[in-house]
Amino acid sequence: MSDAIAVVDESKGRRDTAAPLLEIDRLRVDFVLRRGVVHAVRAASLQIHPGESVALVGESGSGKSVTALAAMGLLKLPGKICGGDIRWKGDTLLGAAGASRLRAVRGKRLSIVFQDPMTSLNPLFTVGVQLTEVLRRHLGMNRAQANVRAAELLDLVGISSPHERLKQYPHEFSGGMRQRALIAMSLACEPELLIADEPTTALDVTIQAQILELIADIRDRLGLAVLMITHDLGVVAGLCQRVCVMYAGKIVEEGPIDAMFADPRHPYTRGLLASTPRPDSVAERLTGIPGNPPAMDAPPAGCAFAERCTQRIEQCDSHDPVLVQADAGRKLACWHSN
Amino acid sequence: MGRYIFRRIGQGLIVIFGVVSVVFVVTRIVGDPAKVMLPLTATDAQRAAFDHQLGLDKPLFVQYGDFWNGIFHGNFGESYVRKQSALHVALTYLPATLELVFVGMAFAGLLAVTIGVLAALRPGRLLDRAVTFFSLIGLSLPQFWLGLLLIILFGVKLGWFPVSGRQGASAIVLPAIALAAPTVGRTAMVVRSSMIDELNKQYVLTAEAKGLGAWRRIGVHTLRNALAPAVTLFGWDVVRALAGFDVVVEVVFGWTGIGHLAYDSILGQDFTQLQAIVILVAIIVVVINIAMDFIYKLIDPRVKVGA
Amino acid sequence: MAGAVLVQDQAAPGTGQKRRSVLRVLGSGLRELWGDKAGFFGLLIVAMFVFVALFAPMLTPHNPSAQVLADRLTPPVWEHGGSMSHILGTDQLGRDILSRVIYGSRLSLLVGVSVVVIAGAVGTTVGLVSGYFGGRVDGLIMRVVDTQGAFPGLLLALLILAAVGPSVRTVILVLCLDGWLMYARVARGTVLSLRQTAYVEAAEIIGCRPRRVMFRHVAPNLTSPVLTVAVLEFARIILAEAVLSFLGLGVQPPQMSWGLEIAEGQDFVYSAWWLVTFPGIAIAVTVLGVNMFASWLRVAADPQEREKRFAASAGTFGGGI
Repeated sequence: MSDAIAVVDESKGRRDTAAPLLEIDRLRVDFVLRRGVVHAVRAASLQIHPGESVALVGESGSGKSVTALAAMGLLKLPGKICGGDIRWKGDTLLGAAGASRLRAVRGKRLSIVFQDPMTSLNPLFTVGVQLTEVLRRHLGMNRAQANVRAAELLDLVGISSPHERLKQYPHEFSGGMRQRALIAMSLACEPELLIADEPTTALDVTIQAQILELIADIRDRLGLAVLMITHDLGVVAGLCQRVCVMYAGKIVEEGPIDAMFADPRHPYTRGLLASTPRPDSVAERLTGIPGNPPAMDAPPAGCAFAERCTQRIEQCDSHDPVLVQADAGRKLACWHSN
Repeated sequence: MGRYIFRRIGQGLIVIFGVVSVVFVVTRIVGDPAKVMLPLTATDAQRAAFDHQLGLDKPLFVQYGDFWNGIFHGNFGESYVRKQSALHVALTYLPATLELVFVGMAFAGLLAVTIGVLAALRPGRLLDRAVTFFSLIGLSLPQFWLGLLLIILFGVKLGWFPVSGRQGASAIVLPAIALAAPTVGRTAMVVRSSMIDELNKQYVLTAEAKGLGAWRRIGVHTLRNALAPAVTLFGWDVVRALAGFDVVVEVVFGWTGIGHLAYDSILGQDFTQLQAIVILVAIIVVVINIAMDFIYKLIDPRVKVGA
Repeated sequence: MAGAVLVQDQAAPGTGQKRRSVLRVLGSGLRELWGDKAGFFGLLIVAMFVFVALFAPMLTPHNPSAQVLADRLTPPVWEHGGSMSHILGTDQLGRDILSRVIYGSRLSLLVGVSVVVIAGAVGTTVGLVSGYFGGRVDGLIMRVVDTQGAFPGLLLALLILAAVGPSVRTVILVLCLDGWLMYARVARGTVLSLRQTAYVEAAEIIGCRPRRVMFRHVAPNLTSPVLTVAVLEFARIILAEAVLSFLGLGVQPPQMSWGLEIAEGQDFVYSAWWLVTFPGIAIAVTVLGVNMFASWLRVAADPQEREKRFAASAGTFGGGI
């Protein structure tokens, strides 16, 4: 637990200006499976401030989606939060005390867009019903008011002839349209924070760009904070101010986006950048990171990345580095930073 | 839509054609009406006269034509025992059966959905185990035996309900339970497992993320999806109850419906009556199947009528 | 030809491995079955039922047909007036109920197995052919299946039995006529989903003949779904036979059937409850056992379902903070 304490001490020193909208504090999530306990999230910490756009980057299985689900209180068995805290404007969302707060916040002030628009809509209800039910629940609108507002929302997310579209079923929508409809639902109550969990992964490349543009546009117009979860650094570039890199259930590096792109310090971040195509370095060859992430049912005692790291030293195998302040606004969990 | 109804009725006619043909084959070719309907002591001359009277001495295809001709004119033959139009007799017994099947199946459907959903909310827990266990019992008990047990317990020992017959409103309780038991078990298990499947789907997570309450998420969003497979199965069970199990329940409880009539007709070797019942029930079954299609379509708008 | 030899060479070591893995699967299956008590007791009941049916003559305390009128309507041993020699009492003709219940199992087993084997073989083959060839063949077969599915099954069975005359053979025949549909539907559905899989396409592309693809590549995958249907159908058939015999259209005396016993004891419901009770319990327990085994089988055949079940039980006992 020493690493977690260190993070707290460090973060307390830095963040006292404004309470973050959402604060994930040393979160631990376990999945109890037949083959053993999988530690999906291992003391990950993350803050998002009002109006801020943060990217949570990592490969599949790194625990980023689980973190998002936990933040929304949507974690299902066999997944279980087994340590840490999640706070909304300073108040916990966990446990009995957090339950009523979570109910008040979720879907209204804090909303999420999922990865797969094909399965995220209920196939048996019209898009209109699924959109208006949010308005009616959270804003107490009647049917007529909700319908008017729903049409405005569809218009906002760029769906043409919204009145006709409201009467249609999800199977009459294309993938991109469904994601737009889902974004409309998450924006229905003008939330303060939108979590976008790989919102473009399941879409065609051309549609991907449109959806990202839409999210950026809406963020600017509504001034909401965005937590963008992705495995694709390219997605992050134009959209976010800050990046958190997650590996094997931990945040390994965090910092402002420009600094991170210009000067990645964690070997994993460097590997990630080297394997991402970038417009400014066309000639460069893309290189992958050799090896695989560790099995999360038995994470190594030392640094989880050591296996694949080119700068591995003895210390890496025995002791897990802690996320510490490196310089202005940057944090790093690597023995080479010291 | 019009084309769909047209096609569905066409399919129904094929079913009825099939049933009538099977009835014809069974009663005229496989069985020997003269043998079963006349006493053993009948002379050859009596048999010949009987055959002639029923047209059984004509070639088979002529008999088949006559058979159809009769049905088209609403003439299903004359009940050998009652000396009345077999169709008329069947129709007088029909309402009692429809009443029993309706009450029994409505009860079964409501109960099954309720306990199936409750069980699915917490799979593996005590309530789920209890529902699963009693569902298995429900579909494992022979209905006639369950009927007898209900009669012994609630009719004889406790005296809460009439033992037999159709006197008074409470008379329907025990036969309806006996008729419903297997359907409750089967439907509850299907509702349970499809509820569990649906609850794990992404759209339920979306609904929860939207902050919807439990009632809206489970009772509206999930349940409607879970009902689709259950409705198909429930439809089959209604058909099965009407076209079969109802016979044994009516016999045990002395419920004078069409099933009881069928049983009496078998005992009395009244084949004309029996074939009228079978054809009549086949027609009702076709109607129920079409109705079930429409209910399914109401639940799942993706199902294109006519597809 | 070289290709064929190569394939055989590869198949030879594979078989040994397969056998070992079958044993392992069987072992872990039994262990899992023990974990799921309901499934285990289901299998236990089924095994007992088969054992009792097979060895009935050695298990019965009395000749089931021997009438001892002096002992008629003796209650079970624990009731007043019961005797150790007739543990479950005697019927209206003084025949030993326990012996009759034991013998009754033979008919249930005979009818159940016959119908499951015949209807299962016919239905699965039809479904396989229908699903594999698709097109017009499929259309025609499914039309027949749907049409027959809309028949008033049991009522039609009653008509046939009444016309042809009741006997064990007719009962089996009638239940087969009604029973093949389910297998055909399930087999066809499975084949249709398998047709899309890469390995079936691959087999077709390298030029396997349809018959080979069907029986070597597609058919083995039907085992699990068809087996599950077969077990469920077995339970249904036992019930159906009991119904037919109860109505007097199934097995005829002096042959013995649980349904028939209940029908005969029905007149004594008020005075001698044990006549209908014990054969009824025999049916209920047997069918319940088969059903419990079937529901375990269905879960066991689905890895996802197993994982969920485990997670749920871990959630019950495992602490969290």
